[in-house]
Amino acid sequence: MTTNRKKRLIDSHSEWTVELIERYDKEIARAARHYGLDCYPHLIEIITAEQMMDAYASVGMPVYYHHWSFGKHFLSTEKAYRRGQMGLAYEIVINSDPCIAYLQEENTMTMQALVIAHAAYGHNSFFKGNYLFRTWTAADAIIDYLVFAKSFIAECEERYGEDEVERLLDSCHALLNVGVDRYKHPPKLSLANERERQKEREAYLQSQVNELWRVMPAEKQRSQVGAKNRYPDEPEENLLYFIEKNAPLLESWQREVVRIVRKIGQYFYPQRQTQLMNEGWACFWHYTLLNHLYDEGRLNDGFMIEFLQSHTNVVFQPPYNSPHYSGINPYALGFAMWRDIQRICRQPTDEDRAWFPDIAGSDWRETFEFAMRNFKDESFVAQYLSPKMMRDFRLFAILDDDNLAKLKIEAIHDEQGYQAVRTMLSDQYNLGSREPNIQVWNADLRGDRSLTLRHFVYKRRPLAENCDELLRHVGILWGFPVRLEEENEDGEVTQRAEIHVDRRHRGDGG
Amino acid sequence: MVGVRIVDRRNDSKRKSSVNRSRFIRRFKGQIRKAVADAISKRGITDIDDGEKIGIPAKDISEPHFQHMRGGVWRDVLPGNDRFLSGDEAERPGGGAGGTGSQGSPEGEGTDDFAFALSREEFLGIFFDDLELPNLVKTQLVRIDEYKRVRAGYTNTGVPTNINIVRSMRGATGRRIAVGAPYRKALRELRERLAHLEAAGEGNSAEAGEVRQKIERLLRRIERVPFIDDFDLRYNNRIRIPVPATQAVMFCLIDVSGSMDEQKKQIAKRFFMLLYLFLTRSYEHIEVVFIRHHTEAEEVSEDEFFHAQDSGGTVVSSALKLMHRIIAERYASSAWNIYGAQASDGENWDSDSPVCREILDKQIVPLVQYFAYIEISTLEPQNLWWEYDKVRAAHPERFAMQQIKGLPDIYPVFRDLFQKKLA
Repeated sequence: MTTNRKKRLIDSHSEWTVELIERYDKEIARAARHYGLDCYPHLIEIITAEQMMDAYASVGMPVYYHHWSFGKHFLSTEKAYRRGQMGLAYEIVINSDPCIAYLQEENTMTMQALVIAHAAYGHNSFFKGNYLFRTWTAADAIIDYLVFAKSFIAECEERYGEDEVERLLDSCHALLNVGVDRYKHPPKLSLANERERQKEREAYLQSQVNELWRVMPAEKQRSQVGAKNRYPDEPEENLLYFIEKNAPLLESWQREVVRIVRKIGQYFYPQRQTQLMNEGWACFWHYTLLNHLYDEGRLNDGFMIEFLQSHTNVVFQPPYNSPHYSGINPYALGFAMWRDIQRICRQPTDEDRAWFPDIAGSDWRETFEFAMRNFKDESFVAQYLSPKMMRDFRLFAILDDDNLAKLKIEAIHDEQGYQAVRTMLSDQYNLGSREPNIQVWNADLRGDRSLTLRHFVYKRRPLAENCDELLRHVGILWGFPVRLEEENEDGEVTQRAEIHVDRRHRGDGG
Repeated sequence: MVGVRIVDRRNDSKRKSSVNRSRFIRRFKGQIRKAVADAISKRGITDIDDGEKIGIPAKDISEPHFQHMRGGVWRDVLPGNDRFLSGDEAERPGGGAGGTGSQGSPEGEGTDDFAFALSREEFLGIFFDDLELPNLVKTQLVRIDEYKRVRAGYTNTGVPTNINIVRSMRGATGRRIAVGAPYRKALRELRERLAHLEAAGEGNSAEAGEVRQKIERLLRRIERVPFIDDFDLRYNNRIRIPVPATQAVMFCLIDVSGSMDEQKKQIAKRFFMLLYLFLTRSYEHIEVVFIRHHTEAEEVSEDEFFHAQDSGGTVVSSALKLMHRIIAERYASSAWNIYGAQASDGENWDSDSPVCREILDKQIVPLVQYFAYIEISTLEPQNLWWEYDKVRAAHPERFAMQQIKGLPDIYPVFRDLFQKKLA
């Protein structure tokens, strides 16, 4: 047995070398095939701590256009790293085809193997399988698109000045979270098409806008005077899209910049909707794959102890009253849920059979594939959070109603509470209720050309105080007055804020 | 299965974020400049040559997004229940932070200040930002003590050490191909002919012998094409270009009469150091002349300049006369950029002040790039100030004066003095 183990052992060194990484990767790949993980081919890049901070600063992407906010993130990451506040770069992985996983040079071999299993196999297979990533992002085109975006924006800076471009980007970035299509499906990204169509689009868009803003109302419209038509007919959820297509004063290059920010924002949207699932999935697989190799005798105890120590830190959930508490740790809950689903499939209890008749006792790999492919955080929790999970995490739900003097505990991890806790936790992962629902309500075509946004208030939750500032950003893009209305749940509408654009500061459109 | 691709990127694209970093600094120059000014007024000038940790208000650099704030109805699911049952009530945690809140601030920034470190270059860059010495036009090419050798293509002549082997061999190969081409063509034909003959069984015929002889001759000819010839040789061409060195001399004039106490001297010292530091950024070579005076002026070393104790009355013109003499003796105006900086508490013999004006107006100001006078005093300006004011009126481009009351005033005054002239 011992000799057998020794023969199979991959290596016992803690320092990594390129050859060793290759050997570990080969073994991990074999284990992944054993479990039938379907991944994009991947590329491993070894980078320095500073490069890792660079990558962090630009949302993990290897190419990105320049903007001061990335510099700001770099400075704060750098500061935290220097002070030893953060262990750098557990992993960065890029949803592209091939999938790119970064390894940081200061990591030990164990950590490199952990990152490979976590990122290059865990996240990678999630990117390839999950329906949100499949419909919303084009893994094969993103890098090309980022290169295009970077050079386009650099070109704009050269032609119109850094300040002009920076102002525009500031405003676009401010609207990022109201610049995504939540329900519509986007056309796939393709660099060739983008370039080809960019010119066409320029001419076409400009002509469309001109049409829209003609001084004289067209015949048809004139006959309808009196009938109070809104434009757009239906409220538009994607502010950036609406601005790109309809803002009257934007130059075509400015429209293209708005589009770039919007497209990249859309690319990241699935990540925000699947953080719990995705991180949990990756943790589940690094845990499962490395344990598989250990059981085969390919990893030694030293490796496992270092690996488990860091794994445990990652999936730790501090309780609500701990000073370390900062919300539910997606790594912890996600990992536990996937493990729990595996348990329900393999060793179901009576409770599991009652709650999950479909999956209790089923083939766990099939159940996993189905769950991974067809859910996002919100629905994943609604579907799979088991009573055992709620008991293990000791989950409880509180109601914070500003009409009540005190907080009220609505449900806890008991028989009466399971259903309610599960529903509320699911809602907590619903971006639609976490973020304010703000839509384009009306663009006053024939009047003062003002733009009216409407905030559909959800459970009386107010907008943060910075909304005037945000309206100013909308105003910079729109070029005319912008109003914000609030519609409460009874359908009553009140005016919340209004800003006027001082045309002199518009710099004559560059 | 093909092995995984591993790319070592550690050596490429270092400091990719430096663009974004400088964008950040440019964008928040106003706030950063203020933080830098605060930092300078607090610390000694001698360690100005370091980086600096500074903080700017986080709210100024926030990246806003549409967000909810607390209010209305929220439901939160929290882990780690240790005491609650359904229907229990609890106090809201004070201050908002703590227990509740699945939201948290998205950046994890709770502090008021966004703190970060500036490198030395960035620090000084901001410090000197858009301070431009007026009349910085006299960039005479003087004291050329350095030439730089730069490559300038290839030449046909040169010394053997400069032979460029690749270029030479490329030429030689080309020449050999060109010169040998007709021979090789003939050779090819003859060989074909010979093969033809041999195939026909006439390998021993007279014709075959003749062909063989011709082949032999041709081969010798081809061999005689020289492998390398004189005119194949190419030499790296290097030329000398002068590296312009601009030079400046800075005159520091200080009043060490009894009325200048230690604190005033410290202020003056910082002013001179700032000026010096600024000049080092504009000129490669700077000389500094220290002149101190009470009733008489003398040229001294830097150490004596700041540390000597003198007492007595004040005759400012003595220092100006000495400065003029030194310029005439050592710093011919066309070769040197001359700067003058004078610090005083403004006390002077009444009858001397017009003399000072006269000397400055007629003799010194025409020779210098810039002359700055600071009066370190909390009192009303006296006659020297009013006389100098006339000089300023006559030479607004080259003459500046300011009153300084205390240490924190230095930086703004310095900026005022050397602010870009709009004209």
